[in-house]
Amino acid sequence: MAGSGTDHLRDPAAHDDVVLRVEHLVQEFPAGRSGGRRQVVHAVSDVSLDVRRGETLGIVGESGCGKSTTARALVQLPPPTSGRVVLDPGAATEVEMVALSGSALRAVRPRMQMIFQDPISSLNPRRSVRDIVGEGLAIWSKASDGLHQQARVDEVLEAVGIDPEVAATRRPHQFSGGQCQRISIARAVVMDPEILICDEPVSALDVSVQAQILNLLEDMKERYGLTLVFISHDLSVVRNVSDRVAVMYLGKLCEVGDADALYERPAHPYTRVLLASAPEPAPTVDPSDADIGDEIPSPIDPPSGCRFRTRCPRATDRCASEEPVMRQVGDDHFVACHFPSI
Amino acid sequence: MSTASAAGPLLSVQDLGVTFGTADGPVRAVDGVSFDLTEGRTLGIVGESGSGKSVTAKALMNLLPSYAEVEGSITFGGRDLRALAAARERHFWGVELTMVFQDPMTSLNPVKRIGEQIAECLRVHLGRSRKVATAEALDLLERVGIPEPRKRLRQYPHELSGGLRQRVVIAMALACGPRLLIADEPTTALDVTVQKHILDLLDDLRRERAMSMILITHDLGVVKGRADDVMVMYGGRTMESAETPTLFGRMHHPYTRALLETIPRIDAPAHTRLVPIPGRPPSPAEVGRSCPFAARCRHRIDDCLDGVPPLVPVPVGAAGAEGAEDASHHSACIVSVGSDGRGDS
Amino acid sequence: MADMPAPGERTPDQRDSHLHVQDLGSEVSVRGSYEALLGGQVFDDSKGSRLGVFFWLAVGWMGLVVVAAVTAPWLPLADPDQTGFGGRLDAPSGDAWFGTDGNGRDVFSRTVWGARISLVVGFVAIAMGMVFGGALGIIAGYFRGVVDRLISFVMFAMLAFPGLVLALLFIATLGSSLTIVSVTLGLLAIAPVGRLARAATLLYAEREFVQASRLLGASHGRIIVRELLPNVLIPMSGLALLGMALTVVAEGGLAFLGLSVSDGFSWGKLIVTGAAPRTLREGPWVAMFPIGAMFLTVLALNYAGDRLRWFMDVRELAFER
Repeated sequence: MAGSGTDHLRDPAAHDDVVLRVEHLVQEFPAGRSGGRRQVVHAVSDVSLDVRRGETLGIVGESGCGKSTTARALVQLPPPTSGRVVLDPGAATEVEMVALSGSALRAVRPRMQMIFQDPISSLNPRRSVRDIVGEGLAIWSKASDGLHQQARVDEVLEAVGIDPEVAATRRPHQFSGGQCQRISIARAVVMDPEILICDEPVSALDVSVQAQILNLLEDMKERYGLTLVFISHDLSVVRNVSDRVAVMYLGKLCEVGDADALYERPAHPYTRVLLASAPEPAPTVDPSDADIGDEIPSPIDPPSGCRFRTRCPRATDRCASEEPVMRQVGDDHFVACHFPSI
Repeated sequence: MSTASAAGPLLSVQDLGVTFGTADGPVRAVDGVSFDLTEGRTLGIVGESGSGKSVTAKALMNLLPSYAEVEGSITFGGRDLRALAAARERHFWGVELTMVFQDPMTSLNPVKRIGEQIAECLRVHLGRSRKVATAEALDLLERVGIPEPRKRLRQYPHELSGGLRQRVVIAMALACGPRLLIADEPTTALDVTVQKHILDLLDDLRRERAMSMILITHDLGVVKGRADDVMVMYGGRTMESAETPTLFGRMHHPYTRALLETIPRIDAPAHTRLVPIPGRPPSPAEVGRSCPFAARCRHRIDDCLDGVPPLVPVPVGAAGAEGAEDASHHSACIVSVGSDGRGDS
Repeated sequence: MADMPAPGERTPDQRDSHLHVQDLGSEVSVRGSYEALLGGQVFDDSKGSRLGVFFWLAVGWMGLVVVAAVTAPWLPLADPDQTGFGGRLDAPSGDAWFGTDGNGRDVFSRTVWGARISLVVGFVAIAMGMVFGGALGIIAGYFRGVVDRLISFVMFAMLAFPGLVLALLFIATLGSSLTIVSVTLGLLAIAPVGRLARAATLLYAEREFVQASRLLGASHGRIIVRELLPNVLIPMSGLALLGMALTVVAEGGLAFLGLSVSDGFSWGKLIVTGAAPRTLREGPWVAMFPIGAMFLTVLALNYAGDRLRWFMDVRELAFER
C-alpha cells in the first residue's frame, strides 16, 4: 500500500462534475527530537482523491491511518504540508485552497463544511442553539438581511428535526448527543456548502440513534444537493452511505473504487482484513483473512515500500523495496498492491 | 438456563436493583434484573448507554460507589456475594471473579512495569514468591499472545499499543485462575482489526480454562457468534433473554428487533434506507413505571404505559399460539409481535 | 495575516469514544461520578440555587460593604476627619458605635470611609489583572507558537519578580497616590490571571466548536470574542473574587510599610494607626473594627469565589458527559 499514484483520479476532461480534487496531499507534524534528529509524524503521505458532485466518498481505516488528518487538511485546519486541494476544478469558480491564507481563505471556507465526531464538544456550551446555527450567516451578513437569515435558520433547523422555537432559548447541553449532531449538521448546511465533510459523525452515538443521523445525512444530501466526504472506521456504516470508498492505512491509500465493487471484490489484502474483522464479517471474504499481526508500525518511521507489508500475509521482498502505485483492476476500482486479489 | 447442572448455576442474580442517590433524588439504574449463569458458558449482555449493563457488572464486582443502594441477591458458587462484600472479603474479587474494562489504562498503573503488575496479583492474592510470580507472569503474557513476553515484563503500559495493553489486562484478570470473567466492552476502544483477535482470545481462554464469561457490549454482532446466552437490557431492565440461536432466530421483543434492524449491514448495497428508532435512550432519571421502550416503540399500545411488563417465557412456535413455552426464552413485552415484525394486537 | 494553524489541531485520528467511557476513578462529586459511571447524559438544567446559604450570606455582606462605601458621603455619618467628635479613645457606645481613636475621630465613620479606598484599590487592581492578564492569556492560548512563548516568558518573569520589591520600587519612585498603588497591585495581578486565562483558553481552543467557527469563516477576533471569551470568563470570574481578597490584604500589608495611599485612608492605614502599642493597649477597638471589616470581607470574597468556581465546575461536568 499503501501506495501513491493518481490513476484513480477521474479525467477532468471526461467528467466536468468533479467538485473536489486533492492531489499529492502530505501532512507531517513535528514529533520532537530523538538522538539529536528532528522527528516527523508522517500522518498523510501523498494522498490523491476526487469527488464528483452529489457523490459520497467514504474514507475508511483504523485509528492512525490518517483519515481524520486528511479531512482536516482538506478544510485547511491546519493546511497540509504540501499538495493541492482544488474546489470546482476547471470551472470558473475554481479555487486552490492550500495557496490561500487570511481573508481570501476565510471567504472560501463556507464552501466546505465539516461535522465532527464529538457532538457535545462541537457546540459552544455558552450560546443558544439558534445562535450557533445562525453564526455562519451572521459572520457574512449585511445589516439588511436579518429577517431573511432568521427564516433560513428556522428552515434548516426544521429540516434536521429540531424545533426552532426550542432552539431559540436552549443551550447545547439541554439536548442529547443525537440532537447535538443534528444541530451540527444544521450549522454546516445553513452555509449551503458544496462539500460536507463528516468525520466519524456517528461513532460517539448510541446504536439506536446512529440510523437517525445516517438517514438524516442522506435526506440533507438530497434536499440541499450536498456532496459528502464521509470518514469512519466502521465498514458497515461506510458501505451504507458511500458511492465510492477509499481505504487508508498508515497515511496512504490502499484501494479506491465504487462501493459495491470494493466490498464485493476487495482486491487489497488490507481491505480483506478489514472486511473479515468486522463483528459480522462480510460474506465476500474468508474469516481467516483477519489473522494478521496487531502491531501497527509507527508513523514516525513507516516501513519502506508498501507500508502494509509488515502485517501483510502476501508480502515479498519486492514490497519492501518498491512502493506499489495505484492501478486499475476493475471498472471503477483501483488498488495499490503488487499482489492484489483479482 | 436450560443446561443447568445438578449443582445449580455458578452465578445466580435475583431481582437485582441499583439506585443512586444524587443531588436530584434517587435514580434507578438497574431494576429487577435476574439471570443465571452456568459454569463454562458465556452470557452476552447487550445494551446502549444507560441500559444498566455496566452498573450490573459493577454490582457483581462490588465496584459500586458508596452512594449506590443495591437490592436483590447475588449468589456465586453457593456464596452470597453481598454478604461477602459486607464482610470485606479481600481475596474474592480479583481471584474468583475478575473484570476486564473497556479502557485498559483504567486497570493498569502507568508508573509500574507490566511484569510487576501481573506478579503483584499473584503475590497478594495467592501468596506466591517474587520469583514464582514473575515466572507465572511470563507464562501468562505468552498465553495471551504477546510477542517477546520477556521484554514486555520490563516495559511500562504506555510503551504498548492499545491491543497489547488489553492483552496485558486479560493476563492480569486470568492470573489468579478466576471462575468468572466479566468483560465490559473489552474491544470498544480498540481498532477493528484488533477487536476480533481480542474476542477470539477471550473465547479460547474461556474454553481452555472452563471459565464462565459475561461479555458486555453495545453491539449485537459481537455477541452473535460468541455468547451461549444473550440478555438484552434497556432502561435498567431486561428486555429479552434467551440462548443465542433462539434470540437471533425468534426475536420477540420489539427493542431487540429494532436494534438489529437499525444497524447498517456490511453486505447490503449502498444507500439502503435504514430503519431508525425514533427518540433517544432514556436517561436513568426518567425511568418510570411503564415499559422503558414504550416511548420509542412502533408497536406500542395503551397498555404499555400502564405498568412495567414482566419478563415472561415466550411461547414456542407461532406468535400467540397456545401451548409449549421455551423455558430459556423470556421477553418483557405484552404486545406479541409476529416473526414478520408486525404486531397483531 | 497568515491562516495560522493555531487552535486545536488534533493530531492523527484519535478515535475517542468517550460517550461510552465508564471510568470509576473520578469522584469529583457525587453527581459527576454518578454520570461518569452510567456513561450517559442526564438532561437537567434545574440546578438553580445550589450555591448554599453561606454563599448568599457572603454576597450579602459584600453588597452591604459596597453600598456603604459608595454611599458614604450621603450617609448620616460623622465627618471621619473631624477630630474631637468624641473624647480621646472613647469606648464603643451608642454615639460612637465603634468608639473613637486617639484624636477623638469616629471609628465607625472611618471604617466605612476606609472601605472606599480599600475596595477601589482591590477593584481597580483586579480589573486591571482581568483585562490585561485575560487578554494576554487568551491571545497566548489561542495563537500559541511564538506569541505564546513570548507572553508566557513575560508572565513567568513577572511571577518570578518579588511582588513586594516591585511595589516598593514603584511607590517609592512614583509616589503613593491612589492611582499608583492600585496600578502597582494591578500589575501584580496580571500574571496569575493571565496564566489561568491561558490554561482555560488552551482547553477550549481544542474543542471542535472553535474549529467549526473557523470553517464558517469567522475571523480570529470574532472567535476570541464570541466563542472563547464567554467560556474563559467563567473560571476567571471565580479568580476575580479571590484576587480581590488578596489585593485588599496586600494593600493592608503596604500600609504597614508606610506605602499605602497617601491621600485619604484605607482599612490598612486604619489598622496601622490602631496598632501603635499604646493605642492597642488603651483602645483596642481602633484596630479591631477595621480588622474585623477586612477579615469578613476577605472571607466573604474567598468563600464566594471558591463556591462559584465549584458551582461552575459542576455545571461543566453536567454537559461534559
